[in-house]
Amino acid sequence: MRYWGFFVLLALMSYQPGPKFPAKLSDYGFFDGKPQDQKPAKGVMPYELVSPLFSDYASKLRFIQMPSGQSVNYNPDSVFQFPVGTRIVKTFYYPNDERHPHEGRRLMETRVLSHEPTGWVALPYIWNEEQTEAYLEVAGGTSVVEYKDAKGKKQQVNYVVPNVNQCKGCHERDGEMTPIGPSARQMNSTMTYAHGAENQLEYWSRTNQMKGLSGNRPAFVSYLDENASLNERVKAYLDINCAHCHNPKGPAKSSGLFLGHTYYGSTAYGIMKSPVAAGRGSGGINYDIVPGKPSESILLYRMDSHDPGIMMPELGRSKIHQEGVALIKAWIKSIH
Amino acid sequence: MGQAPFEKALQTQFILASDGDVIELEEGNFQIAGSLSLEGKKKITIRGKGMDKTVLSFKNQTTGAEGIKITNCENIILEDLTVQDSKGDLIKTMHVKDIIFRRIKAEWTGGPKSQNGSYALYPVLCTNILIDSCVAIGASDAGIYVGQSQHIEVKNCTAYQNVAGIEIENSLYADVHHNHAYGNTGGILVFDLPDLIQKKGGFVKVHDNLIEENNLSNFAPKGNIVGKVPKGTGMLILATSHVDIYENKILNHRTVGVGIISYFMAEIAIKDKEYDPYPTAISVFNNTFERQLGRVPLEGRFAQIYRFKLRFGRNVPHVVYDGVLDTARCGTDGKYLGPHKICVHDNVNQSVANMDAEHDFKNVKRNPADLDCVQEYVKSNQF
Repeated sequence: MRYWGFFVLLALMSYQPGPKFPAKLSDYGFFDGKPQDQKPAKGVMPYELVSPLFSDYASKLRFIQMPSGQSVNYNPDSVFQFPVGTRIVKTFYYPNDERHPHEGRRLMETRVLSHEPTGWVALPYIWNEEQTEAYLEVAGGTSVVEYKDAKGKKQQVNYVVPNVNQCKGCHERDGEMTPIGPSARQMNSTMTYAHGAENQLEYWSRTNQMKGLSGNRPAFVSYLDENASLNERVKAYLDINCAHCHNPKGPAKSSGLFLGHTYYGSTAYGIMKSPVAAGRGSGGINYDIVPGKPSESILLYRMDSHDPGIMMPELGRSKIHQEGVALIKAWIKSIH
Repeated sequence: MGQAPFEKALQTQFILASDGDVIELEEGNFQIAGSLSLEGKKKITIRGKGMDKTVLSFKNQTTGAEGIKITNCENIILEDLTVQDSKGDLIKTMHVKDIIFRRIKAEWTGGPKSQNGSYALYPVLCTNILIDSCVAIGASDAGIYVGQSQHIEVKNCTAYQNVAGIEIENSLYADVHHNHAYGNTGGILVFDLPDLIQKKGGFVKVHDNLIEENNLSNFAPKGNIVGKVPKGTGMLILATSHVDIYENKILNHRTVGVGIISYFMAEIAIKDKEYDPYPTAISVFNNTFERQLGRVPLEGRFAQIYRFKLRFGRNVPHVVYDGVLDTARCGTDGKYLGPHKICVHDNVNQSVANMDAEHDFKNVKRNPADLDCVQEYVKSNQF
């Protein structure tokens, strides 16, 4: 009887003119047990990115659910093309104390990217005060959260959940919604699964969830890895934090500034490039990046601000990413 | 959670709007804390109760780089409202086909300040733009700025206390007429810049405008090209081709009425191989110029060129051309072939100078013969 009801519901959903989405996160069934425990149900795969986007120091849990029996094709260069029906789930949270990550956390929001027949749709679910459920809020929201950072210092964040339009502000290629994170470079890393540690690409391939894995397996370094080369860390940092907009098909294409790793070192990457419509974002200086001169580089100036009219990225943060700023500063200093 | 009920309701309306909807805004002054965004819709009208009656104030904005952002839409009308004091641009529209701004006031209310946002009305990468009877005040770059777009009409608008009143940049087929640009640093600018997606602008008509007293000190943050515009500029054509400027009143500019310059004057290295840095095929005719005798103001790089190189004294010419030629478009006489010529004729109080910038301003010529010409299409009224 329950199965019958499920199929009727599916049929109803598919015949509606605009897709209706569950009002509650728990309605999807992504998680076993209590949703706040974030234990993936069968068929929901956890994954990690090597060099993730900075989002006001929030921690993130990531999951992918592909339709049963389906798989994704491997490609070495761009974000994987997941089949229709795929859902990508990302939960943002703050540990109460970063020094003791297992001693409680505050879940902020869970974003669901749903691959509908008409394209990807972004849906923000905001967790309630009781931390028992998250509810769909198309207009987003803001709330203040406090936590202790890795040094034990008390931090406060005015956390902003983007509205569904703002989601597209980053997740866009040629006007269409698209995922940003899961690519070979970002997922070619070892993850700790329930069964043990394994390379993510190899695990997906071995379990038939990925087809066509080849020997060509590029990888980003972690931009936080101080043993990696400065250039490689910068490539990874600017790619994930900036290139979703700053690419020839993205929302910031009007700037002519392209920060994908393949543009590294070019004028389009900002090297001695004049800004176009930076306004007061220019900070009174002339070029995006002046080799050897961090204090004369607009790119760093805009990373080092939290004024909404100046800062970059323009959404998704209210804090300055100090580690990112330090990285870019060191890099600009090092190049000629 | 944080957003005021009005703001949340309005943003929700923007998100859930069905194609064909009219979103009506009540009279009143509404404080908005985050960018309002409209995305992926067709045939939406956003309508207030009138300029200065429905006011959206972003004075206490905490998130988002603009006041209102409209992206990937078709057939959008914004009308009868005022938007104020956003942290970045006031209204930005990107990738919109058929967009109308009508009776919109977009302003920074604290006077001209470098902390003001860049653009008041900012369509970019759009097609079929009408900006009609709008008012733009206080932009630290351009009040009305159309960038990398095609098929544009800007009419009956007023722009003051901006760095640039109206600017058309890397845009094709723009008709800018019956506007009033006064009290800015520069009145109306037509620019083509390198390193952009839409490479080439041009086919721009600027006519029947009142452009006066644009003598405000430049308050653009350094690093922006508009920061190089000298105060006292009526119009400036930078590296654009096919521009007709006619039947305007261009009055009381302390530096220049109409400047026509190549990108070399910006003194920025050009690395974009597809970029055309030369202004060509420009006609300036049937305009009225007025200016009282007096030296150009001493502010910025151009003032130095005026003072130390051009040495016009108090009798400063209304129209100035930098004289940097693209030899590929020249005939054997070393002058532009017919269709590429810069022509200045039949203006009231006309006075012209060629700066000879190419030879370090050595041979500055007043009323040079090679600018005294009439384009064939002007002769036959085909403009």
